[in-house]
Amino acid sequence: MTDGTPPSEPDRASGPAGDAADRGAPGAPAAPAAGARTRVSGGFGRYLLKHVAGAAVSLLLVLFSSFFIFRLIAGDPIDQLTRERPVSPEQRAAMRAELGLDQPMWKQFWDYITGTLTMDLGDSFQYRRPIFDLIVERLPATLLLSGTGMVLAVLLGFWIGARAGWRQGSRFDRGQVATGLLLYSAPTFWLGMIVILVFARYLGLFPVNGMRSPSTPPDFWSQAVDIGHHLVLPVLTYTAVVYAGYLMIMRSSVLDELGGDYLTTARAKGLRDDEVRRRHAVPNALLPTVTLVFLALGSVVNGSIVTETVFSWPGLGSLFVQSIFYPDRPVLQALFVLFSASTILAVLCAEILYWFIDPRIRRTG
Amino acid sequence: MTAVPTSPRALRRARTRQSLARSWAAYRSQRAGMVGLVLLSAIVVLAVAAPLLVDQSQLSVTQATGGRMEPPSAEFPLGTDEVGRSILALTLWGSRLSLIIGLTATLAAILVGTAVGVTAGHVGGWYGWVALRVSDWFMVLPSLVVAIALLAVLGRSMGTTILVIALVSWSGTTRLVRAQTLTVQARPYLERARALGAGHWHQMTRHVLPNVLPLVLASATLLVPSAILMESSLAWLGLGDPNVVSWGSILNRASDNGAVSAHAWWYLLPPGLAILLVVLAFMMCGRALEAVFNPRLRGEGA
Repeated sequence: MTDGTPPSEPDRASGPAGDAADRGAPGAPAAPAAGARTRVSGGFGRYLLKHVAGAAVSLLLVLFSSFFIFRLIAGDPIDQLTRERPVSPEQRAAMRAELGLDQPMWKQFWDYITGTLTMDLGDSFQYRRPIFDLIVERLPATLLLSGTGMVLAVLLGFWIGARAGWRQGSRFDRGQVATGLLLYSAPTFWLGMIVILVFARYLGLFPVNGMRSPSTPPDFWSQAVDIGHHLVLPVLTYTAVVYAGYLMIMRSSVLDELGGDYLTTARAKGLRDDEVRRRHAVPNALLPTVTLVFLALGSVVNGSIVTETVFSWPGLGSLFVQSIFYPDRPVLQALFVLFSASTILAVLCAEILYWFIDPRIRRTG
Repeated sequence: MTAVPTSPRALRRARTRQSLARSWAAYRSQRAGMVGLVLLSAIVVLAVAAPLLVDQSQLSVTQATGGRMEPPSAEFPLGTDEVGRSILALTLWGSRLSLIIGLTATLAAILVGTAVGVTAGHVGGWYGWVALRVSDWFMVLPSLVVAIALLAVLGRSMGTTILVIALVSWSGTTRLVRAQTLTVQARPYLERARALGAGHWHQMTRHVLPNVLPLVLASATLLVPSAILMESSLAWLGLGDPNVVSWGSILNRASDNGAVSAHAWWYLLPPGLAILLVVLAFMMCGRALEAVFNPRLRGEGA
């Protein structure tokens, strides 16, 4: 896994529950606890406005930093574009004018911002096509792979995590935590290579890479089966590496609920242990974890970049990696903004969702 | 502990020793933590002793003695790579770089993260707000994307690799340290220190920092494995320093030279398992440390 945070319990502390309390401070005046309990500060409109504004500032920062990284640190792209052939100074000047590099820096920045906001992302150096078209073309493959992988990882991780936490210290718990940690410690790309070696090369059960075979008939069902066949190994790899993170989150969330009085009440009513877990403990434990799924989008992006590259999956992640070495700077820049923006928007969604699923946040703002 | 200490300094030293002994006892009771520690020590010993075990000339592409991708044999216990170098030698030497980059990047991240976190929590106000927003921003961005983008423009070297890994990993520490600083600040003994006229610097270094450090140690131990994984991913993508051998760069050469289609499992398994073991060892130690130092987890002997 290439995400920055290992699956440890304090992750939860920095999750939305902790966040909400922390972030309340700058916007709303910190009301004393007793006062906060009686008076709702702000309301949804204000909460929404605050977080949308925060996300907007973050997005603006992404645009600034991408301009900074790719235009200022990176230097003149003409040298890289013309490295194979000799060019006269006039040709260089013409290319610079075509790319808008002869303009003053502030003008370039302005053009860049307005271009990005109107989806005019320029042309790719390697494909000589508009980047927007490239992204639209490759987005479905990425969504298919990372969407399937993420749903599987969340379901598997939550399912095992809830059971492991419920029976803390049991053989099942220790075994599952150990397995999860072991898989989490494996580098995604390496696991992918091993999976290819075993399942595609030795056993020949699945295709080695790509998303579809050229020989498949063009009708819908044959295509769907073929893509599904190609999808198995990448999804397997991706899920194996990331599900442990969700497992640990869910497990510690259940652990937090274990001592709850309402569980004793439920047991006293005569409910079976299984029912107490399913109907009472898990719904409460889910609360802090639901938004973490959104917050983890950064690691989803990381994982899909590596997985797509190992399996030559024709998505945005492999396009990003492929553009490093060309170097296709406009594509790198556009994808940098796209990936970062999507994680920022996911966090915004998590914050908005949190308002609806956790009434406690309405007191603190 | 037996004799009653006389001077304040001796008293302090005795207390430090006592609390260290307590922490160590708590750590020792965690089996996974001890396994991780033993594993980690073994790996570090191997990495340090690598030059004694295998001569550096074995890493040279031109002086390689084996054939192309030979399976394991008596001469090459783990086979050879595409130019005939011993995989065993490469993996042994690779440990040095992976560990150095992982540790250095973590150290840098922890230093920056702790400094920003303590000051943000202690000073607060405008500065604290901005510091928190910036670290939040870094936390949300997909780390691999940022690292790739920066390496693509900064160029590939050990220094830039360390820099970008530190840059994408400092923010978690900041958040943790800031939260802990706020908790410590609210305690009465800080009020006492302020009443006695302690300045900001004294408060931060003598009172806040010592209370924050154990948590920082635990989180640093958990940051090293992600730094090592990040380094290996970057090196595997071809963004590592081209002049040195790391586990990621070995696997990069393996992919580029078709080790998978050649069924050269001996080329793939050793460096990958090495990464897995190191990451696992750090993670086990980190989780045990966390259980010792994090009050939230005390009593949960997982």
